[in-house]
Amino acid sequence: MTAAADTMDGPAREAAAAPLLACAGLTMRFGGLVALDALDLHVAQGEILGLIGPNGSGKTTFFNVLTGLYRASGGRIAFAGRDITGLAPQAVYRAGIARTFQRSRLCLPLTVFDNVMIGNHLRLSHGACFNVFRRGALRRQYDEAVGAARSLAATFNAQLAARLFDAAGTLDMIDRRRVEICRALVNTPRLLLLDEPSAGMTRGETRELMDDILQVRAARPALTIVIIEHEMNVIERMTQRCVVLNYGSKIAEGPFRAVAADRGVQEAYLGQAVA
Amino acid sequence: MTGSAATRGAARSHSGDLLVATAAVAAIGAWLWAFLATDSVGVLAGLLAFAAAAFVFGRRAAPRYRRALAARPRMATSLGVLTVCVVAVALHDQPYPLLMLCTVLLFVVACIGLDIQTGHCGLVNFAGAAFFGTGAYTAAILAAHGVPDPAVIFAGGVVAAAAGSLLILPVLRTRGYYAALVTIAFGILFSTFLEVNDSLGGPQGLKLHGIDFFGWRFNRDVNLGWTTASFYVNYVVLSLALAAGAFVFARRIERSWLGLAFDAVRLDEIAAATFGIGVGRAKIIAFTLGNFLCGVAGSVYAMMQGFIAPNNFTFGESLILVSILILGGIGNPLGILPAALIIIVVPQKLQFIQEYRFLLYGVLVVLILLFRPEGLLPRRIRDYFPGSGA
Repeated sequence: MTAAADTMDGPAREAAAAPLLACAGLTMRFGGLVALDALDLHVAQGEILGLIGPNGSGKTTFFNVLTGLYRASGGRIAFAGRDITGLAPQAVYRAGIARTFQRSRLCLPLTVFDNVMIGNHLRLSHGACFNVFRRGALRRQYDEAVGAARSLAATFNAQLAARLFDAAGTLDMIDRRRVEICRALVNTPRLLLLDEPSAGMTRGETRELMDDILQVRAARPALTIVIIEHEMNVIERMTQRCVVLNYGSKIAEGPFRAVAADRGVQEAYLGQAVA
Repeated sequence: MTGSAATRGAARSHSGDLLVATAAVAAIGAWLWAFLATDSVGVLAGLLAFAAAAFVFGRRAAPRYRRALAARPRMATSLGVLTVCVVAVALHDQPYPLLMLCTVLLFVVACIGLDIQTGHCGLVNFAGAAFFGTGAYTAAILAAHGVPDPAVIFAGGVVAAAAGSLLILPVLRTRGYYAALVTIAFGILFSTFLEVNDSLGGPQGLKLHGIDFFGWRFNRDVNLGWTTASFYVNYVVLSLALAAGAFVFARRIERSWLGLAFDAVRLDEIAAATFGIGVGRAKIIAFTLGNFLCGVAGSVYAMMQGFIAPNNFTFGESLILVSILILGGIGNPLGILPAALIIIVVPQKLQFIQEYRFLLYGVLVVLILLFRPEGLLPRRIRDYFPGSGA
């Protein structure tokens, strides 16, 4: 999994290598509304890409199309050299793309451990006979899974690891986000999609969470991340490159500073200057 | 907050707690005996009031003793089975209470089936009586053709599960209320089909013989040595074995990766799919398992009653099954037993209320949803291997 990243030693070679994710002419129509308009977008292996744009510009729609929740009206998606256009969400996840949601979609009555294990489902035996009759084997798998979940949670926060068997609903917002990211990471995806991880958090909490994400990223240098954000200082700090969407089209692309200085981008966010 | 600490503590609970818990189970057994045996409305009201008071005042102390039992699941199950056996022996010469006990236990089996569907996987099934009835009619037909009775009971479950597969496509394609409507339609179709189909006895129904397990004739009185017991004791033994089996089965399903997949599908289908969980697969498994249990319960019920007719399996009966689930606590198989006792036995005891029993259910469901929306015994947080201290 890390092979591709290990062979890279600079931005130049990164750009030359085949991108991990490449979308060509990706279009999503809802009736008359064009949410994604022939979007061309690529993400290099190991890159952290920021996806920004005003509300309703198609960022989350892009994630939903990518993960198979929506079926694209047109265009192709290639991931790791494979065409994944139109695959079911389960198949996309199996291919190595995991995500978090803008509005946290944890199962609040379930424990932290259970929530993380939902992400680990592909590696667990879920046959009815195995689960009902082979309790000894299940026990071994369970013990292993608890260890894995605990160390993953500890990557974020030691206190979170101690609360592995508390209901997710008893955690505060930042810990819920951490659990969501753990759930997305547990299956060691190649591409992680973060949909506005700072939503609903204070400035301090946001900084803390970004520290955590960067720390996780440092431990897994091959992990590619696409992050949707409205907090521009988060984008500035986290990303190497940004793509700006407006009305479903890409209007700018490049390092954050260059993009922020772009006149078209400023107009998209602030509206056109009057005379 | 205390959840994890509590689970850890369970392994180390004192044997004193266990003793108190055992005594409490014995007391529940004594209450159950009195409840089933009494004919007097006054005694019944007193027992219900006592149970309600014990429930309210014992709530604070109960978790400690509950944990002592929960840490030893095998012992707890055996204790429950033993208690019901003792109650059955105590009632050995009273056929009517024994019949009620059997009915309650068989409804428990069916409701555990529904609970796997509704409580775990989120598939609301308002056709429970139809699957129960499928088992019953399968038993009537197969037993008349000389199929051995153990095979008949198993076939009752299999045919009910197969009948469920007719419904699986519409159930998979709809969600929430719409899926519930599909099952309501199926339940009504089922009882109408029975009414008009003369080869299945039409409105007059069908007769069945009693169960015969390779020479063990269930409809013969049992010689206990010192006295003779009503033949219903045989049916108590079988229904109890089925109820205990269904209970252990449902518990194991819940405390497993499969149970986790069911929960994920119930709580958030979209998130479940995004993380690779086969939503359709989970629903098919839950639906099939649940219908199987309903069918098994129905086939035993039919042979015990000796007679079945379409009006045993109407939409109203399905509502009774669902009210038992809501009253007991959706997702917790343990709550089903007290709920089934209240919903099934109380109207039988209060003959004058018979006409109004749906009114009683309605009032009960409204009260529960108002004051205890999670049911008498709400579902607890999943502990895969209770008492192991993992």
